[in-house]
Amino acid sequence: MQPQELATLLKSSKAPKPLVFYVGPEIFYRQAHIPGAEFLGPDARPEGVEKLHNRAATLPRSSFIVIYCGCCPWSHCPNIHPAYDELKKMGFSKVRVLFLETSFGTNWADKGFPVQKGS
Amino acid sequence: MRKAVLFVLVVLAALVTYRVANRRFNLPIQPAQPSAPDLSLTDLNGDPIHTSSYRGKILLVNFWAAWCVPCRQEIPEFISLQEKYPGKVQIIGISLDDNESELRKFYKTQRINYPIVQGNLKIADAYGGILGLPTTYIIDAQGRIRGHQVGSTNFSKLDQQIKGLLP
Repeated sequence: MQPQELATLLKSSKAPKPLVFYVGPEIFYRQAHIPGAEFLGPDARPEGVEKLHNRAATLPRSSFIVIYCGCCPWSHCPNIHPAYDELKKMGFSKVRVLFLETSFGTNWADKGFPVQKGS
Repeated sequence: MRKAVLFVLVVLAALVTYRVANRRFNLPIQPAQPSAPDLSLTDLNGDPIHTSSYRGKILLVNFWAAWCVPCRQEIPEFISLQEKYPGKVQIIGISLDDNESELRKFYKTQRINYPIVQGNLKIADAYGGILGLPTTYIIDAQGRIRGHQVGSTNFSKLDQQIKGLLP
């Protein structure tokens, strides 16, 4: 999913809002994150995957979920694949991944899309 | 009086916009840039570092993490740069690892010839926010930020920038 598409969805009063899960390191989340995004920790670690699993376990499998990280260039992100695989393994059918080619800063914050600071 | 206040507000707004724009975007070397923050840090060997003491040298501040593959791939390039410009360029690596023991474990396997510091939110904020790795700032001998790169560093471009800033 491209940043513009998610930003439009979040801004729209008519479109169904996805649950947005952040699956990267905390230090980036605390500096800036997508408003309303839930911090679930880096999924490169088993404890991150466990936290995501526990959070998702309470949700209907038809939930619209967007996951994102943006800690480093997309091609090397250690967190996105484990998070996506876990949600698909759990049976979620509407999982989208936010495409942040370089970083959250470059491809989201610097584009002027909304951000929220703090934990 | 109102005009004077308005004038001051407009100037302040312009300064803030300029400062933020220069920090957040990859810009080429420009004649005037904001000052780099003066930070007092301690490296992984326990040695104190005062960034202001590097005035007179070109300072490269590389934000990285041991879990970040492109950051790790860049380390030999930074080691080479440090060797290439002895006394003229100083590199500092600021790790944003959230697990210091993993950082130290990785650090022990490398022969890094420049100081490595465990970073934190305060340091990231001092640079206007670090929202992705690797991120490298280039600071001139007068302590002014002259540009930065986010994502995998273009070392050819960085070397050109260094050459352009050497006295």
